[in-house]
Amino acid sequence: MAFLHDIYHRQEIVRAGRLPAEMVARNDAFEPRMIGMEPPGGVYTHVVGIDLVRTGEDEFHVLEDNVRTPSGVSYMLENRETMLQMFPELFTQNRVKPVSHYPQALRRSLAACAPKGTAGEPVVAVLTPGLYNSAYYEHSFLADKMGVELVEGDDLRVVDGRLAMRTTEGYKSIDVLYRRVDDAFLDPLTFNPESRLGVPGLFDVYRAGRVTLANAPGTGIADDKAIYSYMPEIVRFYTGEAPLLRNVPTWRCSNPQELSHVLAHLDELVVKEVHGSGGYGMLIGPAASRAELAAFRAKLMANPGNYIAQPTLALSTVPVLTRAGLAPRHVDLRPYVLVSPEGVTITPGGLTRVALKAGSLVVNSSQGGGTKDTWVLED
Amino acid sequence: MLGKTAGGLYWMFRYLERSESTARLVAAGQRIALTRSQPDEEWASVLDTTATWEAYVARHGTVRRDTAIRWMLCDRENPSSILSCIEAARANARMVRTALTREVWESVNETWMVLRDALGERLGERDLPAATALVLQRAHQVRGAFAGTMLRNDIFNFARLGTFAERADNTARLLDVKYYVLLPSAQAVGTTIDNVQWESILRSVSAEGAYRMTYGQEVRPRHIAQFLILDPRMPRSLAFAVGKLVDNYGYLARTYGHRMPSHEMTDALRATYLDRSIDTILADGLHEYLQDFLRDLAAIGTQTEQDYRFYA
Amino acid sequence: MTEIRRLSVRHITTYAYDAPQSWGLLRLRLTPRSHRFQRVLSWSVTLEGARRELGYEDHHRNLVDLASLEPGASTVIIRCEGEVEVTDNAGVLGSQGGFAPLWLFLRETPRTRPGPACSALVSRVMAAESETLNRLHALTRALAEGIVFAPGATDVASTGEEALAHGRGVCQDHAHAFLACARAMGVPARYVSGYLLMDRIEQEASHAWAEAWIEGLGWVGFDPANCICPDHRYIRLATGLDYGEASPVSGSRRGTGDESLSVHVEVAAQ
Repeated sequence: MAFLHDIYHRQEIVRAGRLPAEMVARNDAFEPRMIGMEPPGGVYTHVVGIDLVRTGEDEFHVLEDNVRTPSGVSYMLENRETMLQMFPELFTQNRVKPVSHYPQALRRSLAACAPKGTAGEPVVAVLTPGLYNSAYYEHSFLADKMGVELVEGDDLRVVDGRLAMRTTEGYKSIDVLYRRVDDAFLDPLTFNPESRLGVPGLFDVYRAGRVTLANAPGTGIADDKAIYSYMPEIVRFYTGEAPLLRNVPTWRCSNPQELSHVLAHLDELVVKEVHGSGGYGMLIGPAASRAELAAFRAKLMANPGNYIAQPTLALSTVPVLTRAGLAPRHVDLRPYVLVSPEGVTITPGGLTRVALKAGSLVVNSSQGGGTKDTWVLED
Repeated sequence: MLGKTAGGLYWMFRYLERSESTARLVAAGQRIALTRSQPDEEWASVLDTTATWEAYVARHGTVRRDTAIRWMLCDRENPSSILSCIEAARANARMVRTALTREVWESVNETWMVLRDALGERLGERDLPAATALVLQRAHQVRGAFAGTMLRNDIFNFARLGTFAERADNTARLLDVKYYVLLPSAQAVGTTIDNVQWESILRSVSAEGAYRMTYGQEVRPRHIAQFLILDPRMPRSLAFAVGKLVDNYGYLARTYGHRMPSHEMTDALRATYLDRSIDTILADGLHEYLQDFLRDLAAIGTQTEQDYRFYA
Repeated sequence: MTEIRRLSVRHITTYAYDAPQSWGLLRLRLTPRSHRFQRVLSWSVTLEGARRELGYEDHHRNLVDLASLEPGASTVIIRCEGEVEVTDNAGVLGSQGGFAPLWLFLRETPRTRPGPACSALVSRVMAAESETLNRLHALTRALAEGIVFAPGATDVASTGEEALAHGRGVCQDHAHAFLACARAMGVPARYVSGYLLMDRIEQEASHAWAEAWIEGLGWVGFDPANCICPDHRYIRLATGLDYGEASPVSGSRRGTGDESLSVHVEVAAQ
């Protein structure tokens, strides 16, 4: 991604005055250790999940970009499996594009990002925080379907200048690590020294160009909610074209004028923490009680730079079977995008997330959201 | 294959085997306890066989039937209780999930769910036969899924090593706890009590029928020892289990292209302990024989961990 | 006129472990780079009890080597030897390549977080001087007086604030206090580790000082431990936001027992 490469090199976009320096300087998601680093194949964001919402006829908005370690793809695959078993006739009546090749596509895409000089078929592995991580099932599912090893930090070590995994036959090098461990825990020698999930020296191997980390560390600067509001500008800067998908209008509370607008319309807006995820720490104005609004107002005023606000969107709904029969529920859609030097692959399908509570706009699975199979039909 | 995966498979199958052995012991223990004037004594010997007597006493003091049964079935304080074993087996299965077929994973997971419910509540004595039968039935199901769906590769071999290392250990322990009733001096006696003890040993390894098929109706301690130590046809004998260990180490040597110290040690184990007559074994001292066997078997386990890099 | 000097360096770091180590890594920033005022004529890093795994350039453009302990090692010796030609430019280095933006050098780190002592010093210096360069000279003098050289009074985790508050420390603490104060004044500043030619050849440690960015001049060195700006007696090894990013050797190991570290440095003029 041009933006990430620029941010970690010359920062032309900042020099050009199109992105204020403090948006980067004051951002915890900016990873200084990535400065000057050329990731193998030039790819930073190998797997991207983009949260889209539909607000009207042919009117789609990008709600969030997820370029750290987006999850949920196993639900997409399992949902389709379930549908195929339960309603086989639907798939003979309709020409639905298959999603089942996602793991193969992922493996191919990751392998295409292997470091220069990799001999033979690149060795790919999935790094998981372990059994007790809430997404462990997905990690093991993907490793299984890709036909690669599922490794934890203590399976790995730096051997002969490469990242290597401990096998029954000795240490074997890994070329591409699809890591589902957050940046801070990747390497205790470089990042959080308390981490027991990572591999000491992993970042050194990476920096030496001898292993690919997917996604690259420091990509969070591109899906940060404060940067989000600059995304249309960023797209224009690097492509010279207007973005195809609209952003949701966003007020940056760090700006005093925008803050006063937000405070004046708090009960109409959705306010999010800049670095939050999973639907935590967010206010949905129209649904909030007076007390909740007051409490949030205090939090917001104490640290305005930590928040952005967006209008409450009229999210599209889909029918859901409830105890009382069919009922509408709000949804968003997360298609998965794979990036490699060989190109960009968009999975024909995605994860449709449903807010199961009537009227709720929070679709996150950690907040009681559900999921649905999503079809892309052949023309 | 990852060293951790090999270790996970090995331990998954050790725990499964252990849960099955314990279920048999508890079932046989209950039968024999019913024939005793001091039934609690019999439970002490069962605890001894599962190598948890000391831990039990430290935790519960005197041996009483109810606590002993709960200790072996579902006490989480006991890492070798059936429930603890099943939980450990499942945790290992989760860790090595990508090495297992869906069928094996699902049968282990289901076993865990079924037994968690069946063994979780307080069991009455009447429920005991059904509960232990359920454990065995689940074990057979996992074994069936394993035999029927797994590729015969190194994954299979590490699982088998776990199974047979545990089985050899369990049978040797069972014999060692009861060795005195099998001594030649006891042969002549043949009291009712001894008969019950002998039958209990056979029942503990589900071998009453097999024994009769081999030796006829009359139960003799020398034959029991011969059967459970040296008979390579008896699937819970030391000879059978060690033979399988030798085979599976051999397959690994072929797959990986070289032999490891654990292979030599297993060959030596067979030569030292199984290439003898039962009379020599009994004459030289059954207890010492079994103790030495268990020590060497444990050393093979430790060597295997190192040879195949189970741990960092 | 410019003065050029050829310095030879021998730097031996020895780790002795109580027990043989099964595994461990060492990160070495022990290779100086050539730049306008420093030409590396020859340099070698040799290892005993450890082997080099790889090398790379980090985000401060330091040349970093990663080494692993030989299994069972109970002693590791890292030997650096080389010759460097240094030009005196009164501490002024000018702009230095690399992509690290200037604002990065305003970031606080745990070792360079200012407390009351640093803040008081900053106010005093700001009030006394109006030009950045003069302020930094004043800061250098104040720290040279305010922190008395006292080996053992502080350790590698000590902060500049602690050293200034207690008035005791070593060159590393002088540098940290300088960084804390300079950044508090809004001046981008970085930590430098390297070698210094002194009156005696044999030394017990490598040296550390600081560099600050001054508009119009670029990076300028300040050595508050010696109250001067670095000249042709100084060899720069590595830079970073603090000691943690520029330390010549850092590492992690798994293994029991304590370790003892001894450092022997010789810097001589040719």
